[in-house]
Amino acid sequence: MAPSSDTSVVTNGMNWLQHQQNRMIVLMVLAAVAMVIPLVANNYMLEVLTNAWFYTILCLGLNIVVGYAGLLDLGYAAFFAVGAYTTGILTSEFGVNFWLTIPAAVFCSMVAGIIIGGPTLRLRSDYLAIVTLGFGEIVRIIARNLEITGGASGLIGIERPTFFGIELSQGIHFYYVFLLLAIAACFISYRLQHSRLGRAWQYVREDEDAAEAMGINRVGVKLYAYVIGAMFGGVAGSFFAVKMTAISPETFTFAQSVLILLGVVLGGMGKIPGVIVGAFALVLFPEVFRGFGSMRMLIFAIVMLIIMLYRPEGIWPRDKT
Amino acid sequence: MALLEVQNLVLRFSGLEVIRELSFTVEQGSIASLIGPNGAGKTSLFNCLTGFYRPDAGQIHFNSHSILRKKPHKITQAGMARTFQNLRLFKSMTVMENVMSGMHCRTSAGALGAVFQTPAQRREEELIRRVSEECLAFVGLLEKKNLHAGNLPYGDQRRVEWARALATKPKLLLLDEPAAGLNHDEKQELIELILHIRNELGITILLIEHDMGLVMKVSEKITVIDYGKKIAEGTADEVQNNPKVIEAYLGSEDEEDLLWA
Repeated sequence: MAPSSDTSVVTNGMNWLQHQQNRMIVLMVLAAVAMVIPLVANNYMLEVLTNAWFYTILCLGLNIVVGYAGLLDLGYAAFFAVGAYTTGILTSEFGVNFWLTIPAAVFCSMVAGIIIGGPTLRLRSDYLAIVTLGFGEIVRIIARNLEITGGASGLIGIERPTFFGIELSQGIHFYYVFLLLAIAACFISYRLQHSRLGRAWQYVREDEDAAEAMGINRVGVKLYAYVIGAMFGGVAGSFFAVKMTAISPETFTFAQSVLILLGVVLGGMGKIPGVIVGAFALVLFPEVFRGFGSMRMLIFAIVMLIIMLYRPEGIWPRDKT
Repeated sequence: MALLEVQNLVLRFSGLEVIRELSFTVEQGSIASLIGPNGAGKTSLFNCLTGFYRPDAGQIHFNSHSILRKKPHKITQAGMARTFQNLRLFKSMTVMENVMSGMHCRTSAGALGAVFQTPAQRREEELIRRVSEECLAFVGLLEKKNLHAGNLPYGDQRRVEWARALATKPKLLLLDEPAAGLNHDEKQELIELILHIRNELGITILLIEHDMGLVMKVSEKITVIDYGKKIAEGTADEVQNNPKVIEAYLGSEDEEDLLWA
C-alpha cells in the first residue's frame, strides 16, 4: 500500500524519518537525552532504565536469530546464563579480572551456540523451537546441579569490576555501562543487517530453497546468526553477573527466554528501533502499572494483546512492500 | 566436450520410479531442451541436477566432476544456476537485492568484515553492486532496480529470476519452463534473450519447456522423456517426426481403439 497523503501525523512523521539526515538528528537527540537522564533521574528510575538497556542488548541479540534469520529460538536465556556463569565462576573461583572474563564469556557462549546450533539448525523452524526450548532448560538444570555453579542457591559475592581505578558499584555506573553496550549492540546489528551476511539471512528467511539455489549455504548462515546472537547474550550475561553480584539458576528460566522473545516480537522483528521500543515496553509497562498492585501483570498482558491485535507485526514493523 | 553428462540416472519416490535409467549429455556452449508430457519427470530431473533431490542410482558429471552427492549451494558454486517453474523471488526485497543474492557464492565477507567495514569488504560490496547492475541491464530491468520484486508484473519477475541466476556467473543455466505465463511478445523477447545469453555470455543452456514453438526455435538438441525414460533425442526436425514422440504426446492409435471399443 502506498502511504496516503492525508494529514495523519504518524504517516507524516514516518515520511519525515525516511530522510537519512532527519534520522541522524533524531538519533543525536535521543542519544543526548539518554546521556543526561541520570543527572535528573532518581535511583528508582535509573534502575528501571538500566534494566531497559540491559533488555535492549538481549533483545537485539535474539533479534539477529529471530528477526534477521527467521529462526524461532525459545531458549535464548541459556546463552545469557552461559555468559553470566562464565564471569561469575572465573572471578569468584579463580580470581580472574572481570574484563578478562568477557572474551571467555564470548567464547563459551559461542561454543554453546555451535554445539546446539550445529546439529539442530538443519531442522525446520517448529522443531528448532522445541529443541532450543529443551536446551534452555538443560543449561538451567545443569547450573542448578553442579557444584562449581553453586547449585540451586547460585553464586554470590561476585566482585564488582574496576574501571581505571573506579569501582563500578553505583547505579549510575551501570546505567552508562549498559547504555554503551546497547549502543554498540545497535551499531553491530545495523552493520550486520546491511551486509552480505545480513542479506543472506533475509534470503534464507524469505525462501530457503531459492536461497540455497542461489549458492547460499542455508545451514551455515543460520549457524552464523545463531552464534552471533549467542555472543550478544554472553556479553550481556557477563555484565549482568557483576551488576547483580549474585546469580542463581532461577534467573534463567524458560519465562526469561519468552520475555526476551516477547520484546522482539512486540517491538517489531528485524527492525532495530522496533526491538528497542519492545525492550523498553517490556521493562516499563510493569513499572508504570505498579500502582495496580498484583493486577499489573494482568494489565501488562492485556496491553500486549491489544498491541498484537492491532499491530500484529509489532509496534515498529518492517518496511512494507 | 560435454559440459553436463548424466548416466543411467534413477530416482524413486518410495517405490515409484520417477526417473528410469536416464542418460543424456549437454555440450559446452549449446542450447539444449528437455521436453515431455506432464509428469514425465522433467522438474524432478532438474532437482536431481541441482542437488535438491538425491538420485538413487546413476552418475552426474558437471564440468568433468561428479556432483552427485553435493549440496545445492555447492553445485551453484560449481557453476550451475537455475530458475524455478513457479517464481521463487524474495518478494519483499528490492529487485537489486534479489539479484545481489546471486553474487553471494562468488564473495566471502563475513561478520567481522561487516562490522568493521574493512576495505576488502567495501570493495566486495562495490563488486556485488556492479555485477548485479550489469545483470539487470542485460535483462533490461536496470531502471526498476529499486522496486520491490513482488510488485512487478509477471514478465518482469521472470526477468529478475534470470538476472539473479546470471549473477551467480554460471557455466550452465537451467531454465524450468521459462515461457510459462508469458504473452506472445514476451515469448519473442525470451527467445532473443536466450540466444543472447548463449552468444554473448557463452553460457550453456538447458531448458524444460512446454511451448513447442519456442523449443523448436531455440534448441540445437532436444531430449524427449516420458515416464522418466528417454524416448527420443535429436534436432527439432528429427524429434518432431519421431513416432514415439507423437505417441507420447497424442497417444497411439491402439490406445484410441481401446478407448472407443
